[in-house]
Amino acid sequence: MNVMHTVLPYIISGISVGGQYALIAIGYTMVYGILRLINFAHGDVFMVAGLMMVYMAASMPLYIAIPLMIVLTVLLGFAIERVAYKPLRTAPRMSVMISAIGVSYLLQNLALYITGGLNKNYPTIPWISDRITVLGMETTRVTVITPFLTIALVIALVLLINHTKIGMAMRAVSVDFDTAQLMGIKINNVISATFIIGTFLAAIGSMLFFTSFPGIVPTSGGMPGLKAFVAAVFGGIGSIPGAVIGAFIIGICESIIKGLDTILIVSGSITDQIGFATFSDAFTFILLIVILVFKPTGLFGEKTTDKV
Amino acid sequence: MKKVLSLILALVMALSLVACGGNGGSADGEKVVKIGVFEPQSGDNGAGGKQEILGMQYANQETPTVEIGGETYKVELVMADNASSNDKAPTAAQTLISSGVSLVLGSYGSGVSIAAGDTFLAAGVPAIGVTCTNPQVTSDCEAYFRICFLDPFQGTVLANYAKSDLKASKAYCLAKQGDDYSGGLCNYFIKAFGEANCVYEQFPEGTSDYSTYITNAKNQGCDVFFAPVSTEAAAQIIAKADTQALGMPILAGDTWDSNVILEAAKGTDVQVCVTTFYQEGANAAFDSGIKAWINGDSTALANNGGNDELAAVTVMGYDAYYVALEALKMAGSIEPSAVMSVLPNLVYTGVTGEIKFDSIGDAVRDSAVVKSCNTETGKWDFVTVATAG
Repeated sequence: MNVMHTVLPYIISGISVGGQYALIAIGYTMVYGILRLINFAHGDVFMVAGLMMVYMAASMPLYIAIPLMIVLTVLLGFAIERVAYKPLRTAPRMSVMISAIGVSYLLQNLALYITGGLNKNYPTIPWISDRITVLGMETTRVTVITPFLTIALVIALVLLINHTKIGMAMRAVSVDFDTAQLMGIKINNVISATFIIGTFLAAIGSMLFFTSFPGIVPTSGGMPGLKAFVAAVFGGIGSIPGAVIGAFIIGICESIIKGLDTILIVSGSITDQIGFATFSDAFTFILLIVILVFKPTGLFGEKTTDKV
Repeated sequence: MKKVLSLILALVMALSLVACGGNGGSADGEKVVKIGVFEPQSGDNGAGGKQEILGMQYANQETPTVEIGGETYKVELVMADNASSNDKAPTAAQTLISSGVSLVLGSYGSGVSIAAGDTFLAAGVPAIGVTCTNPQVTSDCEAYFRICFLDPFQGTVLANYAKSDLKASKAYCLAKQGDDYSGGLCNYFIKAFGEANCVYEQFPEGTSDYSTYITNAKNQGCDVFFAPVSTEAAAQIIAKADTQALGMPILAGDTWDSNVILEAAKGTDVQVCVTTFYQEGANAAFDSGIKAWINGDSTALANNGGNDELAAVTVMGYDAYYVALEALKMAGSIEPSAVMSVLPNLVYTGVTGEIKFDSIGDAVRDSAVVKSCNTETGKWDFVTVATAG
């Protein structure tokens, strides 16, 4: 009982963080599935969504700011694809990836210029940032909502992919790019739709993430973006359920490792600190290496993969 | 299309070269002495660095000239952003040296000062640390002096305060991995508090989820939370401490004496105590002067976090500027070597008290102000003046 009571908060906060990583990871995995491109700018789009919210919440009410932030973020994702990736459609894949890295640094430096490098506090969104008690643990409502919202969005997305025309087009493009084009699929529309869905989820993710962890600097997108990317690779890049499960596993493991010392001390297994907390990030990347070595396609990955 | 693009790129390059050439000569015939400002203006410590610069800018517009060897010199502050990053610090230091500064003030944050020490030493340019409290800043570098107290002192004061005033028996200490300031301060705190009664953990760079550390502190039955980390992390720790009902006071060092903390703690149930250099109200004339200046300048107001709450680092920046002028006057020359040679004998009484240096260039200071955050008004309340004894 006592041990369970100790462990529970870590699991709950891990599930919450995992849900937020999942929303970002879907963007990586969908773009990869269709374009075979790792969109390195995705984490920074997530950060820009947070910053937009900071500036807009200061000048307009939240019920306008939130939808507007989502629309502008989606437009940003759409614009990035049209400006930086579309002209490179026939170029070697490496060029597109370098272009993505360029966009990533461009967004970071623009944010640095606008914020002056200072930490911006995310506005408090009522209701979801209220304090509640779950199973004897004090937390905010967003922690509890995140996993449910994530799963609901993922189910909606899977339905969209399996049961709509645009979803069918996406599946066709991801199987064979050229043949799909020959069959009359408007490839640019499909790709734009992918970016729009990906950035929409990142915008929702940024709202949940920054409500839990309310501080934005230009590099805020880096770590969550990187971990979501690891989650996407872990689950098998190109697979949506894989990305979501990967994100939850990484979120929970990370949270437990940060608290492992305390859990072991409270349960009486050890008396002195070992210092696991320091290795929480290292763990994420060790996991990435191990997965790539033993199962290069990830948990739910396609059988044959192209090298990026 | 491509030709247009390449033309534009070429133009941009040409223009940037023109911009480089622009800042060569300064005002006509006027003698100028340059003081380097080596501070973070971005990154983790950007907010603090900007507040420290404010003090120097205010002092500079209050006293824009100085008498050196019978001639009047105009004082020019030369800024370099070390970006709170140990690997960018030497480049920023080199920029200052290349622009011909007589001496350097800064930095906020010990790590960058330690990293740039060798660069200043090699060029023979003296540097005066304003609020970098790690002992290695001066002990490892002949060229570095400093006007603030040190971490061994500050850590001991905080540990004593936790034990005797807060009646704490077990402390949770949190530092950022690879950060000389928070790591050092935690180390001295643990020494003074007793190693057996402390839980020490570090978080890696780029962490945004501090909730597990709050849970750790609660689960291990600690009764004080010591987190002398950057203000960026601090705001998040306070937010999490509030939502997770931490239920113990948070203690921190001089870094937390910032309105970022006040804003974060306002309206919460979190109890925050800090040690610092100056308490607002100790010198009313100075307080009102600098507040009027901050309120009258929109950039200054933004750099101070949007209000006129005085941070101790701003006051230290102000004193540092006058120490620099004093040194220039004593040296009677704008040569860095001459300034360096007079610094050990300098005595100056500033707003924060008397400033003089000991044999390795550290300030002789034996007291620190303890303040606590009033969560209703969002201001600092004076608690006590603490000494290490």
